[in-house]
Amino acid sequence: MSEATIASAGRTRARERAEARTATRSRVSWRRARRLVWSIVGVVVSLVWLFPVYWMLNSALLPNAVLEKLTPTFLPFGGSFDNFVAVIQGGTFLPALGMSIAVAFLTVGVCLVFALLAALAISRFRFRGRTSFLLAVLLVQMLPAEGLFIAQYKLMSGLGLINSVLGVSIVYIAAVVPFTIWMLRGFVAGIPADLEEAAMVDGLSRSQAFLRITFPLLAPGLVASGVYAFLQAWNEFTVALVVLQDTSSQTLPLWLQGFVQASANRATDWGQVMAASTLVAVPVIVFFLIVQGRLTSGLVSGAVKG
Amino acid sequence: MAVETRVIGQRKRRLRYTPYLLIVPSVGIIALALGYPLVWQAVTSMQQYGLRQQFGQPADFVWFDNYIALAADPELWGVVVRSIVFCVVTASVTMVIGVLLALLMNVVAKPVRIVIQITMLLAWAMPVVAAMTVWTWLFNWRRGVVNWLLTSAGLDFQDHNWLIEPLSFYFVAMLIIVWMSVPFVAFSVFAGLTQVSGEVIEASEMDGATGWQRFWTIIVPMVRPVLAIVLLLQLIWDLRVFTQIHILQGAGSIVNETHLLGTYIYMLGTGASDFGMASAVSVFILALTIALSWFYVRSMLKEDES
Repeated sequence: MSEATIASAGRTRARERAEARTATRSRVSWRRARRLVWSIVGVVVSLVWLFPVYWMLNSALLPNAVLEKLTPTFLPFGGSFDNFVAVIQGGTFLPALGMSIAVAFLTVGVCLVFALLAALAISRFRFRGRTSFLLAVLLVQMLPAEGLFIAQYKLMSGLGLINSVLGVSIVYIAAVVPFTIWMLRGFVAGIPADLEEAAMVDGLSRSQAFLRITFPLLAPGLVASGVYAFLQAWNEFTVALVVLQDTSSQTLPLWLQGFVQASANRATDWGQVMAASTLVAVPVIVFFLIVQGRLTSGLVSGAVKG
Repeated sequence: MAVETRVIGQRKRRLRYTPYLLIVPSVGIIALALGYPLVWQAVTSMQQYGLRQQFGQPADFVWFDNYIALAADPELWGVVVRSIVFCVVTASVTMVIGVLLALLMNVVAKPVRIVIQITMLLAWAMPVVAAMTVWTWLFNWRRGVVNWLLTSAGLDFQDHNWLIEPLSFYFVAMLIIVWMSVPFVAFSVFAGLTQVSGEVIEASEMDGATGWQRFWTIIVPMVRPVLAIVLLLQLIWDLRVFTQIHILQGAGSIVNETHLLGTYIYMLGTGASDFGMASAVSVFILALTIALSWFYVRSMLKEDES
């Protein structure tokens, strides 16, 4: 190879490198511009999506006389908490809240324990009937609850559990457990059995290894599943509609629906109805936002890589 | 030596029974609250089970008479067709918007992503009944903000009643369900997207793949498992939709023209007190759901095996 060709090859390479640099630079600025545009789109979409929630709060703070005006009021200036006070003083809200809390916590607690055990069985053991069990879990979670509630009503009335926390919780647990098993299965499978075995080599028993190593790693999965179960129990309407018939044993969704209907008999007081909706929604939203951080934390990947 | 073998043998035996012990609680509660009603329903669907049977008269076996009566009933077929169309359209719209939002979350600046996520969480966390109340207020024919906005935009929507026409009733129902279900899709798909490595995307960008090509050839195949399960759940949830339709019907539509399968069963079971017919329709939904999801169940089982 002559010196000339080497030199020219070097020049070409240098030119290529320079071109690549400018290309990278223009790509970076193009990417920035694109990101800005998409960010604006994102904000607009968020605002649209948020509007119903905002409108609920806005209307809840305004007196009915303002809501009855032809032109809507978009900001709650001069608003008050009168609607909330009126709703709570109605006297039926707090018992319904208590009922909902009892049902939701019973459902979440029992569901998590049952589902975690089953998820461990599925992902840590190979046993006869495992596939049938998985199949059953998958099919059961697809059963339309709306097609079963009449039979479930008959069952609960046979067991004497109409209007009771236990009765409605049993139905909720059974409805939520399959999906929770499936969800937790993914999380358990994501934690390598090696970790547990390594701990056992270091002298921990199987259950100790599970409690100290696997369990903390499962926390995000348990939180996510728990949130799912909580929401189902808190929001469920159909089964509650047939199983909780007494006004004194209503959960919040039933109470709210009853409140709307009672209000509709007079001219609907939308301010109070929206205040009632807010009262039903706020506990869920607060709970959701608190656990949100833990939902997304990457505890598992850190442990395996670290 | 012999002692050691015995100990290992005991351990093995214990391990052999462990998975069964672990799944017993879940199996038990599912058998009680879903299995028993399912069997009861299958039996009742072949009986003449009306008001009189609810007051203790023995039910006569009529075998498939209920099914034959239903198959010959044009009203039921109308409900079936409407339910399927509604389910497919709603699930598709939800999927498209959900995937677009997940992609959007992936390309925006971090603060915007957090804003979108919080918005999605708020919409997701809204209890169904509270959301329904808000949306009926938004679409209220007298003072609803939707009519006001459309009228301000120059369209004639003064005092327009959205719920009186079945088609626009279903449109409103779809809008509400999409609003509520998109967050779940967006979060799941976004979680899947974060698993797609940035390097692969960048490499494809270098190779000159357009956004469209990138989406179909790299992103979709990589998040396909997530897409499949999310789509499946959407279809199932939208097929058995009850609460939203039931409440919207209560907000002032012509009930008989707007039934979907869920409310149709409810009407048969509680309105007409015909448990036999209600059970037969329920068994039909059940079969439909299982047929719909069988393919996915199989593919998920395969995924579990690998």
